[in-house]
Amino acid sequence: MAELNLTERQAGDITILDMDGKVTLGEGSVALRNTIRRLLGEGKKKILLNLGGVGYVDSSGIGELVSSFTAVNKEGGTLKLLNLTQKIQDLLAITKLLTVFDVFENEGEALSSFD
Amino acid sequence: MKNGLVLDINTNKKQTYVKFIVKTDGFYRQTVGEKETKFSILSKIEAIDEAVQKATAFASNAGFGDDALFGIDMAVREALANAVKHGNQLDETKQVEVTLINLESGMEIMIRDFGKGFDVTEVPDPTNPENLLKASGRGILFMHNFVDKVEWQRHAEGGMIVKMIKNC
Repeated sequence: MAELNLTERQAGDITILDMDGKVTLGEGSVALRNTIRRLLGEGKKKILLNLGGVGYVDSSGIGELVSSFTAVNKEGGTLKLLNLTQKIQDLLAITKLLTVFDVFENEGEALSSFD
Repeated sequence: MKNGLVLDINTNKKQTYVKFIVKTDGFYRQTVGEKETKFSILSKIEAIDEAVQKATAFASNAGFGDDALFGIDMAVREALANAVKHGNQLDETKQVEVTLINLESGMEIMIRDFGKGFDVTEVPDPTNPENLLKASGRGILFMHNFVDKVEWQRHAEGGMIVKMIKNC
């Protein structure tokens, strides 16, 4: 089984990526990177990462979230985060990235915020 | 262990032992594992997971609870990733050595690579605004956050050793 499964949903022009598994050095980080690259290639620039199924992220995974954020921004798009576990919120606090990312606990609110 | 009672029963010469550390606040840690273990892994990303699992199993047998096990998992994973990627440069002819020691006051973890070494004071602070959007460089910050003590030394015969202490 893959370290990280990514399932894509569409809500209007917003792409929601439901993430399930681990975002760690190696397979998990690469899977996220490739998916973001593909979405940007398809012109999908409003992306909501649903981390509800992600129980574990290491520093490489945090780095991959940052890379995703900057890659989407560079293309004039927006990337936001949804449903972070307490542990991942703690990691974003330690790394002072909570001020960088837009983070939501409710999908509806997250989707409205893209307008 | 301050103000506590330690009952330590060595069962054989291989240092497998049973230890109850009774603290005066009513909590206790029961250790049933080895006192010390040492193993090596190849310098490849795929080898990290199994080594982390060995370290957390050792810590679990040493009586650490879930929060501490999570911290040990995170810190060991970051230290191994540094050793494999930056230390040994993914050169599979070089190994990474892991030593785990069950101390009375906690656990000591030593991870040695065979790379060129580095000066930890020269690693940029990833929480500086200018570094916030960098894709890497947060491993050392994680290690400091998840264990009680971290120090780096250059090994006399080459490579770096990172020594971490997780208190119980």
